[in-house]
Amino acid sequence: MRQNSLQQRLGLNTLRFFVLLVLLFLGIILWEVFSKGSGVINSGFLFDYPRKGMTLGGIFPTIMGTIFVTLVTTIFAIPMGIATAIYLSEYANDNTVNRLIRASIRNLAGVPSIIYGLFGVAVFVQGMGLGSSVLSSGLTLGLLTLPYIITTTEEALKNVPHSYREGALALGATKWEAIWTNVLPSAVSGIVTGSILGLSRAAGETAPILFTGVAFYLRYLPASVSDSFMAMPYHLYILSTQHHAIEEVRPLAYGTALVLLSLVFVLNIIAFIIRYRYRNFNKARI
Amino acid sequence: MKTKLAVRDLHLHYGTKEVLKGINLDIPENNIVALIGPSGCGKSTLLRAMNRMHDLNPEAKVKGKILLDDDDIYAPGKDVVAVRRKIGMVFQKPNPFPKSIFDNIAYGLKIAGENDKHKLHAIVERTLRSSYLWEEVKDDLDKSALSLSGGQQQRLCIARAVAVQPEVLLMDEPCSALDPISTAKIEALMLELKKEYTIVIVTHNMQQAQRVADLTAFMYFGEVIEFAPTRQLFDAPQMELTANYLNGNFG
Ligand SMILES: Nc1ncnc2c1ncn2[C@@H]1O[C@H](COP(=O)(O)OP(=O)(O)OP(=O)(O)O)[C@@H](O)[C@H]1O
Ligand SMILES: [Mg+2]
Repeated sequence: MRQNSLQQRLGLNTLRFFVLLVLLFLGIILWEVFSKGSGVINSGFLFDYPRKGMTLGGIFPTIMGTIFVTLVTTIFAIPMGIATAIYLSEYANDNTVNRLIRASIRNLAGVPSIIYGLFGVAVFVQGMGLGSSVLSSGLTLGLLTLPYIITTTEEALKNVPHSYREGALALGATKWEAIWTNVLPSAVSGIVTGSILGLSRAAGETAPILFTGVAFYLRYLPASVSDSFMAMPYHLYILSTQHHAIEEVRPLAYGTALVLLSLVFVLNIIAFIIRYRYRNFNKARI
Repeated sequence: MKTKLAVRDLHLHYGTKEVLKGINLDIPENNIVALIGPSGCGKSTLLRAMNRMHDLNPEAKVKGKILLDDDDIYAPGKDVVAVRRKIGMVFQKPNPFPKSIFDNIAYGLKIAGENDKHKLHAIVERTLRSSYLWEEVKDDLDKSALSLSGGQQQRLCIARAVAVQPEVLLMDEPCSALDPISTAKIEALMLELKKEYTIVIVTHNMQQAQRVADLTAFMYFGEVIEFAPTRQLFDAPQMELTANYLNGNFG
């Protein structure tokens, strides 16, 4: 008895220690970025083009580029990912072929992003002749996020109680009606969380856009999806490794990192709002 | 009395396991028929066969006929959705959808294409009144159905099934998770509903079967051993198996 309670306390404190450790690292990262980056943030930084070999001016085109590419990724990956997940979870039988497909999708989530970059070059830039463009990069990032969106959506659908489906069918709903009106709304929270996490990751990736559309410096914004673009993660990479005066532009690099983090934060706020709107009826209100 | 639902030599296999072994049953219109029998004898399986719920399970293979008004619901090319609209089902565990009370009741109607707000309101109110739930929820129609008590949820599910005006209502142990007061309310409701509907109920509660059922079928290992008017089956069972079961000698 005594022994057990000692073990219990030891176990609990070990867990607490690791949680604190994780929080500590997270705090340090946020503090670093915020304290070193917030100094350069002003309207000029957000709305100006880089000047004087990127030692002055702002990062406006990189912000717009990242948003543009992420939009293309969203339009491509979200409907396709959700549709695939619905098929796999609701329609596909549990046979060897489908199990193989599922396993492959899971494994794709672990493929390094540079490989997606190479694939993007081969298929979109050259194969389909889309060139070095927003579209090529958006599609490449879309492929990168698809496995993630599919897996989390499938998980969310599997968590919807079977009785919601049967209940709807027993009232004369077709299978599709049951999915559309009953299953999907109950899974929204999980689907949105997964999708936004996937998109956040895509927005911060460098390797997949490196060969497929991102440019070092442009004096204009992309006017269509077939133009090249600048992007925050790549800009950050240049400022911190490729620049001729790295120490001098360090604050700008941190500023860029801060804006990128803020974008991810905004995405998560959107996810939170959508979840909140759908939550009401999933929980009992007493 | 007119036969509403007739089961004809129904066999059901889960994979290679035969769970229903040639069931024959005539369910008269505007009657309540109870299915009783030990756990695992196939009551739920039979009930689910009656509105083709097994269609979803690729393991389940059905052979034989179930006639609704002399029309085989398993006939090739039969519209399953139309069948399920005529044969509603209430499940053992209350399964309200995570929607408002109003939307739960209106669900089947909307699916069937009814979009007129006034009409929906009228039907929802009438249905909730007929399930004795109206007084308890009339001010909370836009609240989540999940905030109701278990007994209220089950009455809501019955109301939801009734709202689409089926002809037959199947109920799988609808009171097994409820207290005696909720159970009494649902039994009263069933006796009321029987005027318009034909009801088949699975129950483990022998008193319940005697209180509500006109006819009772005793099932054992995938077969109907005895099917008779409830009083007769309980007071003077013809088969030894039935008598043993009712005396609590097994199961
Ligand atoms: N989906 C399934 N796949 C395979 N076997 C099943 C399935 N559902 C039920 N069975 C088997 O079929 C038999 C009958 O089950 P059923 O659920 O109809 O029994 P029941 O009479 O309703 O029992 P209970 O009173 O416990 O609810 C059982 O032996 C059960 O193990
Ligand atoms: Mg059962």
